[in-house]
Amino acid sequence: MENKIIKQISLFAENKPGKLSNIAHKLKDAGINIRAFTIAEAGDFGIVRMVVDNPDSAHSILHNSGFTVSETSVLGIEMEDVPGGLARIAEVLGEQNINIDYAYAFVTKTEKALLIVRVNDIKGALKVLTGANIKLIDMKDIEEYLI
Amino acid sequence: MTEYWNPQIERMPLDELNKLQEDKLRHIVHYVYQHSPFYRKKFDDNGVKPEDIKTLEDVKKLPFTYKKDLRDTYPTGMFCVPNTLLVRFHVSSGTTGKPTVVGYTKNDISEWNTSLARALTSIGVGRGDIIQVSYGYGLFTGGLGLHYGAEEVGTTVLPTSAGNTERQIELMQDLGTTVIACTPSYFLFVNETAKKEGISIKNDTKLRVGILGAEPWSEAMRARIEDQTGIKAYDVFGTSELSGPLFTECTYQDGIHIWADQFLVEVVDPETGEELKDGEQGELVITTLAKEALPLIRYKIGDLTVKKSEPCRCGRTHPRIMRIMGRVDDMLVVRGINVFPGQIESVLMNVPEVGEHFMIIVDRFNELDYMKVQIEMTDAAFSDKVNDIIKLENKVASAIKNVLNLNVKVELVEHGSLPRSMGKSKKVIDNRQL
Repeated sequence: MENKIIKQISLFAENKPGKLSNIAHKLKDAGINIRAFTIAEAGDFGIVRMVVDNPDSAHSILHNSGFTVSETSVLGIEMEDVPGGLARIAEVLGEQNINIDYAYAFVTKTEKALLIVRVNDIKGALKVLTGANIKLIDMKDIEEYLI
Repeated sequence: MTEYWNPQIERMPLDELNKLQEDKLRHIVHYVYQHSPFYRKKFDDNGVKPEDIKTLEDVKKLPFTYKKDLRDTYPTGMFCVPNTLLVRFHVSSGTTGKPTVVGYTKNDISEWNTSLARALTSIGVGRGDIIQVSYGYGLFTGGLGLHYGAEEVGTTVLPTSAGNTERQIELMQDLGTTVIACTPSYFLFVNETAKKEGISIKNDTKLRVGILGAEPWSEAMRARIEDQTGIKAYDVFGTSELSGPLFTECTYQDGIHIWADQFLVEVVDPETGEELKDGEQGELVITTLAKEALPLIRYKIGDLTVKKSEPCRCGRTHPRIMRIMGRVDDMLVVRGINVFPGQIESVLMNVPEVGEHFMIIVDRFNELDYMKVQIEMTDAAFSDKVNDIIKLENKVASAIKNVLNLNVKVELVEHGSLPRSMGKSKKVIDNRQL
């Protein structure tokens, strides 16, 4: 079940013009593709979170460029791209008292929607989601463009 | 085992030491009155004659000398010897006004070297050590001062001066540097640069002692430096007007020894000029007892400290001053509260998540002062949850509030974004039009 954990790249950035361009260019130069992306902004700073096709390489490139960056364990949950898709997942987690720290979603090329979540209990979440027959994607799906 | 450069002088019983100081004080007062038109006028204006100074107590009758006096008499108006007897000039940077010029006779240089030789010996630095002098060489007194002091005790000097940090680290490894002399902020930068290159100061170099000073730094910063780099970090004190770097702590790290046969130290109330007791914080006042070219009488340096007169555990009987808390003119008044950058540093260094670099920014909007403290995000402190970062900012702000009773905004900035310094670092940006 461990292979269902996705390594998300999280990065601290000051909220200033040109910051994102710098980050994106570093990844572009290394031939790293961003599969999912979001910025959480909080006034003077923001946290860039992204799922990329080669997280280890992205981490070392950004770290060596002087960024404060970490690899965070998150889950990638496949949703039906229909009304109620999100409701079901939130319900399953909520019933087990698992809190969603943050989440972001995007539509995949397989016409499903993908929800990236960070939870306070990743093992527990894996267990209940699998138990409820909810499909989790893994790093291989991301790396090999299966989604 | 404690070693001494000159045990007879350094361990001299207090009554003998006082007697020696008294003789030297009487001499210097006559000397300046005779050789310096500036001091003759100053004494006359204050109605004091050299004959009035009989005991150490009488020093209070003498007027203070200020940095302004040196500027007003620029360049050499206060000198007591003709220029032909000078062997060197140093010139202060003039960051806070017009530069000041200091001249040295051959004996002045020799006394300076003696002072540092005693200091270096007191921290166990001597023959067999390789000292990298990373203070700037040139008009600034740091580089050349430490250089000759270190040669005096038989240390091998590597005169790197400041800057070119990668090269400094390479030489440190190749030649086996054991001692470094520089500002604490430059040492942090050396450590940071070494880390980036995959070199650990603690494990991959022979560095064991740091002689750090020329800017105020806190006890908490010392603890960090020693912990991260495995060296013993000693505070060094001096100022160009008195010659340059002159004094350090001994291995007990319990105050800086001021050689009483060369200098008479007082700590006074900055406002009233009244003498303060041991343990009371005030402004440092020093009278030079052995200088020839530019003797200074009751020179108000502008540094805030505390004096300790009792002999040290190391056996030295000379008085000590405690770590310089800051300069009188570094003090910020924010919403009526006195703030020294050193206090902020102390608080920050006691929060483990906070890195070594910070910047204080003061602004005024609608007649109200606002202070902001920028600190750098560190790998260890980083969380990708916004809440965790805001919690850290609040934790630091409330730690500062506890000490200063002042609301500050704490802002986390990217690692590496605050300026690094080769010499004296700038830690305050005051945008107010005062």
